[in-house]
Amino acid sequence: MQAQETFNYQVVRQFSVMTVIWGVVGMLVGVIIAAQLIWPELNFGVPWLTYGRLRPLHTNAVIFAFGGSALFATSYYVVQRTCHARLFCDRLAAFTFWGWQAVIVLAAVTLPLGITTSKEYAELEWPIDILIAVVWVAYAVVFFGTLYQRRVQHIYVANWFFGAFIITVALLHIVNSAAVPVTFWKSYSVYAGAQDAMVQWWYGHNAVGFFLTAGFLGMMYYFIPKQAGRPVYSYRLSVVHFWALIFTYMWAGPHHLHYTALPDWAQSLGMVFSLILLAPSWGGMINGIMTLSGAWHKLRTDPILKFLIVSLSFYGMSTFEGPMMSIKTVNALSHYTDWTIGHVHSGALGWVGLVSMGSMYYLIPRVFGRTEMYSVPLINLHFWIATVGIVLYIAAMWIAGVMQGLMWRAVSDDGTLTYTFVESVKATYPFYAIRLLGGLLYFGGMLVMLYNTVKTIAGANEANAAIPAPAAAHA
Amino acid sequence: MSQFTSGFWDLYIAVISVVSIIACAVFLKVQSVRKAGASGREAETSGHTWDEDLTEYNNPLPRWWAWLFYITIAFALGYLALYPGLGSYSGTLGWTQVNQLEEETQAANARFGPIYEKYAAQDVAAVAQSPEALAIGQKLFLNNCAQCHASDGGGGRGFPNLTDRDWQWGGTPEAIKTTITDGRTGVMPPMGAAIGGDEGAKDAAHYVLSLSGRTHDSLRAFRGKTLFQQACVACHGAEGKGNPQLGALNLTDGVWLHGSSEAAIIEQILKGRASQMPAHKDVLSPAKIHLLTAYVYGLSQQGTGGK
Repeated sequence: MQAQETFNYQVVRQFSVMTVIWGVVGMLVGVIIAAQLIWPELNFGVPWLTYGRLRPLHTNAVIFAFGGSALFATSYYVVQRTCHARLFCDRLAAFTFWGWQAVIVLAAVTLPLGITTSKEYAELEWPIDILIAVVWVAYAVVFFGTLYQRRVQHIYVANWFFGAFIITVALLHIVNSAAVPVTFWKSYSVYAGAQDAMVQWWYGHNAVGFFLTAGFLGMMYYFIPKQAGRPVYSYRLSVVHFWALIFTYMWAGPHHLHYTALPDWAQSLGMVFSLILLAPSWGGMINGIMTLSGAWHKLRTDPILKFLIVSLSFYGMSTFEGPMMSIKTVNALSHYTDWTIGHVHSGALGWVGLVSMGSMYYLIPRVFGRTEMYSVPLINLHFWIATVGIVLYIAAMWIAGVMQGLMWRAVSDDGTLTYTFVESVKATYPFYAIRLLGGLLYFGGMLVMLYNTVKTIAGANEANAAIPAPAAAHA
Repeated sequence: MSQFTSGFWDLYIAVISVVSIIACAVFLKVQSVRKAGASGREAETSGHTWDEDLTEYNNPLPRWWAWLFYITIAFALGYLALYPGLGSYSGTLGWTQVNQLEEETQAANARFGPIYEKYAAQDVAAVAQSPEALAIGQKLFLNNCAQCHASDGGGGRGFPNLTDRDWQWGGTPEAIKTTITDGRTGVMPPMGAAIGGDEGAKDAAHYVLSLSGRTHDSLRAFRGKTLFQQACVACHGAEGKGNPQLGALNLTDGVWLHGSSEAAIIEQILKGRASQMPAHKDVLSPAKIHLLTAYVYGLSQQGTGGK
């Protein structure tokens, strides 16, 4: 009886496929709004297609639809495999899949209609927020229920990160979305003024810290050692950087509100904790990259490892850049410019995107009963297109951002501003064009992934992996 | 400067922040001194195995990494000693963002003030003759006015053209200066009820069209004239020439701020309009407004679109 027990791969398969599909959709919308910045006519005078409505659609689609589906798929896969136990409650797991897809579809309808709370990354109105909370609690029950049923004593490090991500996102979402409904599609935040801004960026920065960092570090801690066939570099380092990371991230939000109505003391605390965050962030990068020591040659031939290791390089770059941008003096130059957009995309395209794609290339064939993707050369092609795309994108935004910051603060001999705002917009055009090119390449890579995934699934075999017995070493 | 009703919270913030930062250092220290693994040698696994082949080495923390961590902690403590961060403690430097703004503003005023004071002593018409003054005025205009009135001052629908000689609120130097300093609020009430609904509005619109000699239905204009005399004269005057005291537009000069089509005029009559020019007295110094007045006055003096 025991020997025939299998993993629940059904829900993993569903989320994996939707990861690829929402990736294509979210990035397509990104390409459209990048083009609108060059040619504003591309909204065709239709309100639903205007930049202000499509931009939150883009961020929600890539973060919560693409990134969220990738996190559900990988956490469900990893928690089962590393606990040697089937996912807790199949029906609840299925509910999280259909519930999360319903949230995404509702977002895709309401945002273009202009229904929004206007809180960045938390734009969805209160009925959808309640659905998110219900799905998320179900997710926590499935995940921690599986953890409770584990057949190994120790909890694998990837699950620490997934667990922290699930608990914290529930907390962030519920606190920040607290609102007074006025009608079915309109509500007002329960917080006011500077407090509302502070709660919003406490949420906003920890969405980066826990949704886009802790969750994806969980992914990294499973798929890198698996794909490299090497032990994780340091258990000790994983303990230290895990606790330091989840503790320190909570304080960093105020750096989004430098030189605003937020009190000075809160700004200072946000800044110093953002700097302290550097080492805990890098701990994850070191642990991932050093896992490859002794197996560096695999990077030459294995495109999946290329995805995973290059994603960590971008993670290291972004988590260095972030603390630097949180320093008030630097922030005075970078804030409100496209430098911020470059920073976000070095993290989003470079870290979150690449680590998800690499993990999916490992996971998809295994849950569809194959040994590898339909085409390994196509994975390699995807890797190179995506990497060139990221470099073009972030280099263009860095240059544009620093240029804008310098133009806005330039003062003439008579004390007047040297440049008008519109002059900085005109000067940014060439960089918008390079950014669009970079985005098109990244989107093109995602289409290659879609094709590869479709062909892989077309040749799928039955995949009902039996649960292996825990290693004897545990006894 | 405290935002709290009780001093407790300042203490709470200070204590919890310092304890948290020091706790990071203590945690790091404790984890560094304890030997890694049983024998402390590298490349020894933790002894756990998951999912058939997942294992972990127990290498010690990289030293450079631990030092990086300590340095950021030391920086944090130093920064919080110098700058405000620990509740109501203001830091030894006494820095605040408001101070910084005030000091930088004072320094800029000391440096650039004399340039503007020189022109503030001259009258507007004279300043408008000085190419150097107009060059500065243009930069002020481009950064403060062009967003609505366009880079060349030509305006747009709902935003007055400043290069013609048609003035909603008066074109004398004094009137322009008042407009910039205090702003203007123009209100035309919705006149639908007073004028007899859609038909009345259409009749009145044709009379308004006739005032500037434009194509119109003369029967409607005839009926509209009566309505105009009842409902519109109070602001626009018996001849429709407007009133700069109220910002009531001149309807006879062929300049149409809110659109010249029959439909646009009817909409204006039925729905009314509230328009605003924001005050700039908190944005620009009186000397800068003086210079800007001269620039705007100069625009209309050289203007080619005047009627």
